Parts: sequence; structure tokens; C-alpha cells
Amino acid sequence: MTLAVFFGCAFIAFGPAFSLFVFTIVKDPLRIIILIAGAFFWLLSLLLSSLVWFIAVKACNGVQDPTLHRALLIFGVFFSVLLQEVFRFAYYRLLRKANEGLASISDEDGLDISVRQMAYVAGLGFGIMSGAFSMINILSDSLGPGTVGIFGDSQYYFVTAALMTLALTLLHTFWGVVFFEGCEKSRWWVIAAVVALHLLVAGLSLLNPLYEASLPPVYGITLLMAVWAFFSSGGSLHNLNTLCTRRKAEEESAQ
Amino acid sequence: MNSSDSEEDSYNERSALVQSESPTIPSYNQDHDMSLPEETDTKRRRPVSSGLDEPVPVLVERERVATPDGEEEELTLKYGAKHVIMLFIPVTLCMVVVVATIKSVSFYTEKSGQRLIYTPFEEDPNSVGQRLLNSFLNTIVMISVIVFMTIILVVLYKYRCYKFIQGWLILSSLMLLFWFSFMYLGEVFKTYNVAMDYPTLVMIIWNFGVVGMICIHWKGPLRLQQAYLIVISALMALIFIKYLPEWSAWVILGAISIYDLIAVLCPKGPLRMLVETAQERNEPIFPALIYSSAMVWMVGMADVSNPGSADERQRGGGGARAQEGVESEDDVAQGVSRRYSAEEDLEEDRGIKLGLGDFIFYSVLVGKAAATGGDWNTTLACFVAILIGLCLTLLLLAIFKKALPALPISITFGLVFYFSTDNLVRPFMDSLASHQYYI
Repeated sequence: MTLAVFFGCAFIAFGPAFSLFVFTIVKDPLRIIILIAGAFFWLLSLLLSSLVWFIAVKACNGVQDPTLHRALLIFGVFFSVLLQEVFRFAYYRLLRKANEGLASISDEDGLDISVRQMAYVAGLGFGIMSGAFSMINILSDSLGPGTVGIFGDSQYYFVTAALMTLALTLLHTFWGVVFFEGCEKSRWWVIAAVVALHLLVAGLSLLNPLYEASLPPVYGITLLMAVWAFFSSGGSLHNLNTLCTRRKAEEESAQ
Repeated sequence: MNSSDSEEDSYNERSALVQSESPTIPSYNQDHDMSLPEETDTKRRRPVSSGLDEPVPVLVERERVATPDGEEEELTLKYGAKHVIMLFIPVTLCMVVVVATIKSVSFYTEKSGQRLIYTPFEEDPNSVGQRLLNSFLNTIVMISVIVFMTIILVVLYKYRCYKFIQGWLILSSLMLLFWFSFMYLGEVFKTYNVAMDYPTLVMIIWNFGVVGMICIHWKGPLRLQQAYLIVISALMALIFIKYLPEWSAWVILGAISIYDLIAVLCPKGPLRMLVETAQERNEPIFPALIYSSAMVWMVGMADVSNPGSADERQRGGGGARAQEGVESEDDVAQGVSRRYSAEEDLEEDRGIKLGLGDFIFYSVLVGKAAATGGDWNTTLACFVAILIGLCLTLLLLAIFKKALPALPISITFGLVFYFSTDNLVRPFMDSLASHQYYI
């Protein structure tokens, strides 16, 4: 256990998000602010959903019955998903308003950040915060002494937690891109699809510890969302083609 | 340990958020022609390079540029995000140092039963009512001490007892740089079981302390000075975390942000008076109290052509430059200390300053969140809340363009998020983690 598991799981869960942060966000101060504000909005949604869950548990008189406890938790999960999407929409409205406000008072053409970039950064903010909240306590526990699954639970707890966190971080990023694009173009079916997919992913996680049933479908959805987000943010096969051929042409001209 | 007065003063004095002045944007060349309008601009643009000894956080308005309004707004916005990040980084570093220490060195979380003289009432863990009452009484004592100190400082400043104030500051930073860092190093060595001999230790502490004193009170590279200011804020925050009783600490955090709000915004508030006095006299702030992110102004580059701008730039320049204090006013009048070209000034001059008290109280909040319980989510939530509060405060500064306190919004967000995350989110996330459900 300990250090090997700690570093391994930390890099699995946060590696891509960290590299995205370093390569795309760090240089631009405005993006850092949008990222942290996105994280804040996710946190607010979590707070409200925890409050609702807490009230529900207290209303059922501090649940002793494990089935009721589980049922309330599942309710909490779905409610939290819905609230996260509501806050994503709220963040979208805030960013649009900020964009318009800043554009109106400056002589130039507003900020030099487009809505698509903001969508990506906002999604990443949501993803990083969601991943951090899911994973950090588990990581700190993995450092200390202990035996995994001593009561008969799965041996693969840490690795699957890290993999799931990674998937969710990437998913939040892609959902952010697609969601904002849907809002921009007023395609409400896109928004409904994002919400439905998020609910689906949360639902799949309910199948844990049956990891074979939960992880592969979640990664399948991640791949699907990656493709969708790529095309939604203006990518196309033509672009990819030009990118590859341009690179080849550059290499040839360099020789 | 009963701390001395200077410790109290040092944190009293260190809370202020001040913005350095910006240069005259239209004067891209420092000609004789431009000097006249600049001088009038200087008078107009009198920024609140205030509060030598501001006990409480004050956000000072940024200097208005003498350009048409559209350009001014755009410049504010263009430089707004950069300034926020220039403050995010040191605040984050300070918090990281405090949290790392709290989580690893157990000394700062052990309650030894000793208290500061400023919190004389003991908190009895047995009765809730008594504990609450005692924490409120402790808060009242602490806040009255702070108010008293502030008033003394305002009086001292008004009657121009600069030497006294400077001596006071030197004493308090001496104590921080030598005594507290010695204690800190000792505890770190104990935690990691490192064998250390006294001669080596004396050499380390001596060098650390002396370089710190030079950097903070005289001249030094900007980054080094910033690093030292962050380190002493962290040390101070750790002392508070150790010696303030549990509940009193939270109530004090709340009370001090309310005090900050009152002191800065009310017309008769001590900080406002301090700010206005400093404004009238066009004096720089003592650097031992303020963290500056702006470039250091070079000394000795004579530029007689622009006495006006040199004057206001010298005032604006925080960093190591301003230790000259009052004496340098005369130098400035002779047009000493001019800077590079105006293009560089465009980028570097719009520095921003944050009082050390802000650093200290932000770190106290996050440190206490890290100390109580093993939950990292609470710490992370408080961290994000404080950063967002700082962001909002700077946004308000850009909108209102007048002195604003830096503590209230961040501390309020921090407190709200601490208590709600600890009591509501933690059980929820723990249940989710135990079943491996993901939201």
C-alpha cells in the first residue's frame, strides 16, 4: 500500500486534469479565475444537495435501517446530479452576462476569451473540484497503515476509485463544452442529453463494487462524449486531416 | 507562553490591501512637456498609499488613469485578472505552508493549556453555554486590544512619530524572524527526528533572520522580500492557531471581519482616518506591513525631467523601496529614482499590495479547518471560498474605486463553507465514498 498506491492513484486520477491545467490554463489569468469560479459553483451545488440529503436523513429520524439509508443516499445522488446541472446552467448565464457587460463597457471587442474557451475552462473547473472532493480523502487514507477490504470488500478499491474519478473529471470537461454549446445554439435536446448522460453515469456507479459493469460503460460514455465535444467545439475530420498533413509538411520542409 | 505586545501589533498593523499607483498612461515618454499635466494628475490621482500601521485590511483604490473613460475602464479590466492572480499565488503559498505544517508537525495542534494574554477566559469543554460565553468574552477582549492599538497607531501617525513606529515594527519583525522561526525549525526537526547541533542551527537562524530584516526593512530582491513576508505571515498564523482557544478563534475571525468593515467604511473609522491622513501627506506605507506584488523601484536613477511622476511613482512603489519612509520624500522632490521606459511601466507599475494581516487571517481560517478533523474536503472548500472572496473583493474594488476592506467577504465565505462542509457535506461524501457512488 502506502506510497506506491498513493502516487499511482493520484496520478491516475489527477494526471490528465493537471496536465490540461498546466498546458492550457496556467498562462492566462482570466482562465484561472474562471476555473476557480467553476469549482466554486460545483461546490455550491454540492453544498445544497448535501443539505437536502441531510434534512431527508434527519426527517427519517436518523436512519438505522440500512436499506432506507441506501435509498436516501441514492436519492441524494440523483438530486445532486440534477443540482450540478442546474448550477452549470447558472454558471453559463453568469459567464454570458459577464462577457456582455465587459464587452459593452470596453471599446475593444470585449475580452479575448471566447464562449467555447470559457465552456472548456468551466467544465474543467467542475471536473477538478468533483475529482478532488471524491478522491482526496481516499488518497490521504491510502498513505496510512491499513488493509484494503478487510471486511470482505473489494481489493481494488483505490484503483477503481482513481479510474472513476478520472472518468468523471474528463466527463465534466466534455459536458461543459457540449452544454454551453447547446445553450448558445438554444438546442435544448443537447442539454437534456447531457443531464441524462450524467444521471446514467451516476446510476452506473451505483452498481459498484461490480466494477466490470460500471467502469467499462463509463469509459465508453467518456469516449463518446470526447468525440461529441470535439465536433461540438468546431473540430472536424477535415481539421484533423489538415493538422496531420501540416505536421508532415512541416517535417518535410524542416529536413 | 504569553506573547509580547509586539506580536499583537505586528498582526494589527499588517492588515491592509493597498494598491500601488499606476503611471500616467498617456505619457509614453517622459518629456518636459508632459510633466505639467502629470503633476496635476498626481494631485488628482492621489492614491491611498495609506496606512503605515493599518490594523485592519483596507483595499485602496487604484489610481485613476488620466485617459478617456473607455480606455480607463478597459485598462482596469485588462489588468484586473492579472492582479487577482498576483494575489492568488502568495495567498495560496501562505495557506499551503500553514496547512502542510499543521498536517505534519503536531506541535501546532497540541493544546498546551497556555493562552495568550489577549484571550484570558478559559474555554470549558464541558458546558456549551459557558464555553460560548467565554469565547465571546475572549473576542471582546481581543477586539478591544486591536481597537486600542489602532487608535494608538493613528495618534502616533498623526503626530509624526515615525521613528517610534518604525522601531516598533523592527522589534516585531525581529521577534518573528528569529524567535518564532527558531521555534518552528525546532518543532520540524523534532517531528522528522533530525539531529541538529546548536552551532549549525545558530548559523541558519542568524542568516535567515538577518537577510529577512534587510529584505523587509531596507532593500532586497522583490521575490525574496515577498517570500519572507509570506513566511512571517505563515509563522504568525501558526502561532494564532496554536494559542487561540477553539471556539474563540472562530468568533474572533468573524468579529475581526466585522470590525474591518466598520473601520474602513465608516467616516469616523480609525482606518479611514489613517488612510485620509496618509493621502494628505502622500506618504508610502511601511513595507514591513504590506505585501507588494509590484516591481521594485530603482534608486539612484536621476530623472529631473519628471519630478511629479517620480514623486507619485515613488509613492506607489511598495517593495523594498519604500522603507526610506519620510526621509525619501525630500529625495523624491529632487527627482531621484526614476524607472525604465514607460512601456515596461505599463505592465509592471500596476502592482497591487495586500496587507499581511489579510494573509494571516486567511491562513488562520484554512489552518484551523485543516487542524480540526482529518477531512481534506473541508480544507479545500475553505481554500476555494477564500480565493473567490478575494476575487470578488478585487472586483468590487474595480467597480467602486474606493477603499474597501479585504477581510469580510473572504472570511464570511470561508466560515460559511467551513461549517457547512464540516457538518453537511462530510457525512454525505463519506457515505458516498463507502459505497463508491459517484455524483
